[in-house]
Amino acid sequence: MSDAPPIEVRDLTMAYGDFVIQRDLNFVVNLGDIFVIMGGSGCGKTTVMRAMIGLQRPAKGAVFYGGEDFWNVEYAEQERLKRRLGIMFQGGALWSSMTLGENIALPLKEYTDISVRHLTEIVSFKLALVGLAGFEDFYPSELSGGMKKRAALARAMALDPDILVIDEPSSGLDPPTARHLDDLIVELRDSLETTIVVISHDLASILAIGTNSIFLDTETHTMINTGKPKEAVASGDPRVRHFLTRGAE
Amino acid sequence: MTFTCPQNSEEKKWQLDTRRIGDDLLVVACGGSWCLDQELPEAGVILAGQGDGPRRLSFNTEQLSDWDTGFLAFLRALLTLCAERGLSVDQEGLPEGVRRLLALAAAVPEQEAAKRGSTRRGLLFRVGAATIAFLRGGPEMLHFLGEITSSFARLIRGRARFRLSDLWWEIEEVGPRAVVIVSVISFLVGLILAYLGADQLRLVGAQIFIADLVAIGMVREVGALMTGIIIAGRTGAAFAAQLGTMQVNEEIDAFKTLGISPVDFLVLPRMLALMLMVPLLTLYASFVGMLAGMLVSVTIFDVGMFEYYTETLRALELKHFWVGLSKGSVYGAMVAYAGCLRGMQCGRSAESVGKAATSAVVTGILLITISASIMTIIFYRLGI
Repeated sequence: MSDAPPIEVRDLTMAYGDFVIQRDLNFVVNLGDIFVIMGGSGCGKTTVMRAMIGLQRPAKGAVFYGGEDFWNVEYAEQERLKRRLGIMFQGGALWSSMTLGENIALPLKEYTDISVRHLTEIVSFKLALVGLAGFEDFYPSELSGGMKKRAALARAMALDPDILVIDEPSSGLDPPTARHLDDLIVELRDSLETTIVVISHDLASILAIGTNSIFLDTETHTMINTGKPKEAVASGDPRVRHFLTRGAE
Repeated sequence: MTFTCPQNSEEKKWQLDTRRIGDDLLVVACGGSWCLDQELPEAGVILAGQGDGPRRLSFNTEQLSDWDTGFLAFLRALLTLCAERGLSVDQEGLPEGVRRLLALAAAVPEQEAAKRGSTRRGLLFRVGAATIAFLRGGPEMLHFLGEITSSFARLIRGRARFRLSDLWWEIEEVGPRAVVIVSVISFLVGLILAYLGADQLRLVGAQIFIADLVAIGMVREVGALMTGIIIAGRTGAAFAAQLGTMQVNEEIDAFKTLGISPVDFLVLPRMLALMLMVPLLTLYASFVGMLAGMLVSVTIFDVGMFEYYTETLRALELKHFWVGLSKGSVYGAMVAYAGCLRGMQCGRSAESVGKAATSAVVTGILLITISASIMTIIFYRLGI
């Protein structure tokens, strides 16, 4: 196995035409990191994530997975790299015509040869992990926003991905459920050695689980802080302190 | 008891042994790789054949080299079985990560509300449910018709609230932007009518009457009917999808909470736009159809252009235009009603928006056909 880090972002610039969202981003996500991308609303966190997961080609720069330049490899190789990723989108993005069980089973059916009995057990376990035991036969339209989010995380975890990218995991969740999800994220990292990238502006969650982070600034359109979130609270940059102290400083 | 892995690859093999210690302890030894890339054993095999003997179960995972969710799912199934049979389980022998993940999975117990019986119902039940749903549809349609009527009453009294810019936008969307498709379809329908008539009229040497057939057919019936069907597919579906998406995004709820009638604000401009534009499109479609008839008659059936023109003028009367225009207006209202009704009835998911759009087209065409039949009978009775 390569010694290269799971994710490395080099000189990444994201833009819509002439409008630059974020520029010159450089960071490394190491094995076992819970890496937090944080910043104010509209700073471009999700846009950066879209470049990282292969949904939007960056205007400039590169994203490396295990040393392989995602945007400069063949299509088949890109598809192989994508299978190492599990993505939980901000709104859940569950397929509305399928039940929760079918949502989780689809990637398993597509990429493994396991039997129906085993598939059922795995689907049931994944749902139990996110606190939705027994909800296999429910359709997304029958669930609350928070439940959809948890089900989306279960689907993202379906194939035990090496890298889990989670967009706003705790928004819309009640505090105990958000805490349960934080525990799960930490446990996935510890037990299954999953590398996790979290896009969030939930301070309690960021400080509780983040092991490394970058802070994206809305005004300068670039990252203005890197390092452990807990250390970022004492950052020399007032914009970072302002964010992490909820405007108290 | 030893269970063997059916896989050939030595590297990927899981190993499973059960050993009884004393009368009441069953030790389950898991070794090798327990990952999703191979078929793992069923949890039931461990307790099968053990009789009433063991009261406790423990694990030995010293030989376990690799595991993932596959192992966790197997253990969860085994723990469920043990709980059902009253066996106490000692998880100390499992890797720490496994124990923690199992604990997390068990942290939120299955809720009673989540339990569901079989969703597959008998034929009789489904027929009954469909009938009830159909019968309930009637009052809902009448209710919506009532709301629209009230909205029109408010419009006449100058109390309906909607933005004129929305009305203009809808007019542009349903009128000028539909001209191309209406032109193509009407031209082809006019051409078909001409050929159809010529085939019969040629037998008696009366090709000149192709002009009568196409002119009266297009102006009275076909122009309005084709325009109605085109608009049902194009605009009715769009109305349902637009309003359906607004339902999904709770935009319609936002209107209601502000005390603004969504029927006034959203449905009225759409109804007005179609009721104004469809008659004009009908007139235009009739003209294009007659043009196609003339083209076929002149080029294929040796009818003179002036002859055809004169015969068309002779055949057409003002009443034919009134019939065509009134039908166009009614069809426009029917399509707008069906599109808006299905959009407002839309559920809260992306799938329901698709269903609403499909249903709008089906309902629209059904209403057009019913109203066409009724109007044909009425006009016949009135001698128009």
